[in-house]
Amino acid sequence: MRLGALPPDPRDIYSQMKGGSAPFGKEDEMYSFDFEKPSSIADAVAALGAEDAQALGGGQTLIPTLKQRLAAPSVLVSLSGIAEMRGVCVEDDGALVIGGATPHAIVAAEAAGSYPALAALAGQIGDPAVRNRGTIGGSVANNDPAACYPAGVLGSGATIVTNTRQVAADDFFEGMFATVLEEGEIITSVRFPVPQAASYQKFLQPASRFALVGVYVARFADGVRVAVTGASEDGVFRWTEAEAALNKEFRPDALTGLSINPANMIADLHGSKAYRAHLVSVMTKRAVMASL
Amino acid sequence: MPKDSGIGASSKRREDVRFLTGAGNYTDDINVAGQAYVYFLRSDIAHGRITGLDTSAAEAMPGVVKVFTGKDFEGVGGMPCGWEVTDKHGAPMQEPAHPILAQGKVRHVGDPIAAVVADSLEQARDAAEAIDLEIEELPAVIDMKAAAQEGAVLVHDDLKNNICYDWQLGETDDAKVNEVFAGAAHVTTLDLVNNRLVANPMEPRVAVGEYKRGTDEYTLYTTSQNPHVIRLLMCAFVLGLPEHKVRVVAPDVGGGFGTKIFHYAEEAFCTFAAKACNRPVKWTSSRSEAFMSDAHGRDHVSTIELALDADNNFIGLRTNTYANLGAYLSTFSSSVPTWLHGTLMAGNYKTPVVQVNVRAMFTNTVPVDAYRGAGRPEATFQLERVVDKAARELGVDPIALRRQNFITQFPYDTPVALTYDTGDYNGTMDKLEAAADLAGFAARRAASEAKGKLRGLGINCYIEACGIAPSNIVGMLGARAGLYDAATVRVNATGSISVMVGAHSHGQGHETAFPQVVADMIGIDESMVEIVHGDTSKIPFGMGTYGSRSLAVCGSAMVKATEKVIDKAKKIAAHLLEASEADIELKDGQFSVAGTDKSVAWGDVTLTAYVPHNFPLEVEPGLEETAFYDPANFTFPSGAYACEVELDPETGQVTIEAFTAADDFGNIVNPMIVDGQVHGGIGQGIGQALLENCAYDENGQLLSASFMDYAMPRADDVPFYGVDHSSQTPCTHNPLGVKGCGEAGAIGSPPAVVNAVLDAMNSGGKAVDHIDMPVSPSRVWAAMNS
Repeated sequence: MRLGALPPDPRDIYSQMKGGSAPFGKEDEMYSFDFEKPSSIADAVAALGAEDAQALGGGQTLIPTLKQRLAAPSVLVSLSGIAEMRGVCVEDDGALVIGGATPHAIVAAEAAGSYPALAALAGQIGDPAVRNRGTIGGSVANNDPAACYPAGVLGSGATIVTNTRQVAADDFFEGMFATVLEEGEIITSVRFPVPQAASYQKFLQPASRFALVGVYVARFADGVRVAVTGASEDGVFRWTEAEAALNKEFRPDALTGLSINPANMIADLHGSKAYRAHLVSVMTKRAVMASL
Repeated sequence: MPKDSGIGASSKRREDVRFLTGAGNYTDDINVAGQAYVYFLRSDIAHGRITGLDTSAAEAMPGVVKVFTGKDFEGVGGMPCGWEVTDKHGAPMQEPAHPILAQGKVRHVGDPIAAVVADSLEQARDAAEAIDLEIEELPAVIDMKAAAQEGAVLVHDDLKNNICYDWQLGETDDAKVNEVFAGAAHVTTLDLVNNRLVANPMEPRVAVGEYKRGTDEYTLYTTSQNPHVIRLLMCAFVLGLPEHKVRVVAPDVGGGFGTKIFHYAEEAFCTFAAKACNRPVKWTSSRSEAFMSDAHGRDHVSTIELALDADNNFIGLRTNTYANLGAYLSTFSSSVPTWLHGTLMAGNYKTPVVQVNVRAMFTNTVPVDAYRGAGRPEATFQLERVVDKAARELGVDPIALRRQNFITQFPYDTPVALTYDTGDYNGTMDKLEAAADLAGFAARRAASEAKGKLRGLGINCYIEACGIAPSNIVGMLGARAGLYDAATVRVNATGSISVMVGAHSHGQGHETAFPQVVADMIGIDESMVEIVHGDTSKIPFGMGTYGSRSLAVCGSAMVKATEKVIDKAKKIAAHLLEASEADIELKDGQFSVAGTDKSVAWGDVTLTAYVPHNFPLEVEPGLEETAFYDPANFTFPSGAYACEVELDPETGQVTIEAFTAADDFGNIVNPMIVDGQVHGGIGQGIGQALLENCAYDENGQLLSASFMDYAMPRADDVPFYGVDHSSQTPCTHNPLGVKGCGEAGAIGSPPAVVNAVLDAMNSGGKAVDHIDMPVSPSRVWAAMNS
């Protein structure tokens, strides 16, 4: 329509309203896409075979990305309708298995008895709205360098189970927002061996309340694992020097004198490289203290 | 006993019922049949020359009504600035054009370049992506001191430099100031930054423009604190429309904090485009858009020097400030670092010589304008930080140093142009010392230290000038508007009352507090009085709400109009009672004849006014009066605040353990609402002190462009506040004796927080004399480990 054109025919407006669409009010600003909500893993895998298809977990990262028009998938395949991917259980060997589409709030509630440190981690992610939408599979697949779950997964030496294979946490994360997942591959569950003691200590980034630095310490019969999130430009990582020191003596003092090289740390508005490196030491000590 | 109604009662906020139950009517709730949607294509670079702008592909996209560019606005005025500041050499400020859509150049990230109007927002946004735009990027001007250098890149090619004005207030003789400092026993100097903030009201800005061909009338629905100001500016300076053909409606507004005072390009655009497209046009800001198009606040870089004699009396104060105005002059931006800032630099102290120097700079950033406190927080922060530093350097008690230098005689003429009418700074400090239990601080510090934490106590005093403002004075100072306000009291036949007010309520609680005043004056129930605001077709010409002015200025107009109503009602009552008007008394809604038991009720008189069968012949029927009120002076709320923090020396994390405010607001109409205003103000001040930081990189990219990086205070960032406003020296020149309370918390709290953090650091043996806001954990840790 050009300058001075007449307004639309009122009958068109009426028919639009009758049609149930929302001609008035703010419209969705995302690019158009198709939406599928399969009820089985097999159907999800099939749907994800389409060109530019994108899996949707809880959408806590993906939906804002779409609203900013930074992604244009052809089809969103929601994983939230797949019953076999939701829930928490303890297997016969004592391992805790969490379905890939399980929201954080469910983990916080249902893993509290079997793996309290992991349940506490889940209970500290975001706010209640985030915890009731966001899923462990989505968080682990996204591998945000400041997300909490990657620290819990790597710190626990968990196994990521997909529709095609099982991957050890040590082999899964490949740097900021990068994992070994192939196109269309779905995290169906994550399997956590339960340590003797563990703690996640998170220092909040003041704005986002993601981890400015988060440290997950887990003590197993065969050794201690220390995983750090929020700090490194390479994403979640294991602090092996701290693990070695704690394997000798599992006390905060064992870390005295140990420090992490600031060179690969993240520097931004909220903290310098040196500050993040310092916080890694502080949070590791606090995690050990809390695990005693 | 607290009153249960009328002036002084904590009546519950009647408006909250609709706000809390989802029954509010906000601008985005307003949809006009046939409306189209506009999407603004905004610059993603800070500074550049537009070398190509082809909208033909966008125009051909589905649903597109019209695509606008700067060319469409060549015959139209730009966004006006409402205050002409004169520099220290007598020259007017440099005032660059501020186009609705970019003309040739973009000057900040978010500067609108083109606007697409389409049937849906999605279509408008799709089409905006099809606009073929070429921009030659220019170096960005970000750092204010670099911007002031000779040869700096120019934000505006037609200006001689990037300095809007070089302004001075107070002592003009530099030699005299130098002499004071040369003769001082001690000089404390402090360099500091007042961090740039984004107001972030819960409701982003919205505008809906509508044009009726049949009557040639426009309506603009907008998120504004002052609909008449918007109508005047838009009609007279931007679009050239007759005011009587334009209605501006600001319905429920979800928070303003200053940033919704200003006339914005999007408002003028929607009004203009409604006629050009012959369709109503709606714009709703996204949160991301708000970060780069709402006027920002603060952003000063200052050096302040305090001279003291051998007895620790303040003998001289000098400030040098760079104030960031951003890329364009926003509506009142020029007044903020000058007349709303320099005039407050005497603070609560009788310093005889004060010189304030302010250079206002254009940079390639979002325009900066008033934000809760507007200039006064910047003044208070400088002054109270340098006083605190002086106390530390001299090894004296910071409260004693303040008390020693307090102004104690009123009225008091400051060296920076104001006359304080009343105040009792020692009395208010006494209230603070008791309410904050300062005597118990040492024990609390010991308890914190036992946990491995450092504890600090920060004290702060403030004075502010509210109730803006006497029109003749602000006119002399360069304001291009009067700052009176107006109210119409319309009594209905059955005795209920509608009061049409020029003030606008967007969280202040006017709909509750204003009726308390009118009901109290007449002696009727508050529920019989209702406030009407926010619609130029209903209310008298008022200047709106900002600067903690509503009750002091508009409330005074309302009192005057109510007095006129009562005077007329007494005439009618005298007629009905067959008595002399002079003998009529009004109490508890009854008119009675003094010394008799003869009386007539309020409702009988109002009914008679509209059914004038038995009526005095010399009196007009009806009962409706209007009053305009122009204040004789500013009002001067003041206060003393105490903040206690705990600091984790391992991480630098600061938590606020206690915050106590002792304020003198003069008389108080609704103590609960005042408490709420103080709570909100302190919350925003704590936000500025600990969390909020609007940061640009050297290329002018906004680093904190969303809530992922811009830290708003959350409930668990703030303590339960102690608020004491029992120190009350009534304003001497308005009928209610009120001073205003809306901004006090935001003005008084940042220095208290920073002073407390420094006290904590120093108690831990770290000789740190300053830290810039926001006092983030990383900054604290860096300061303690440098």
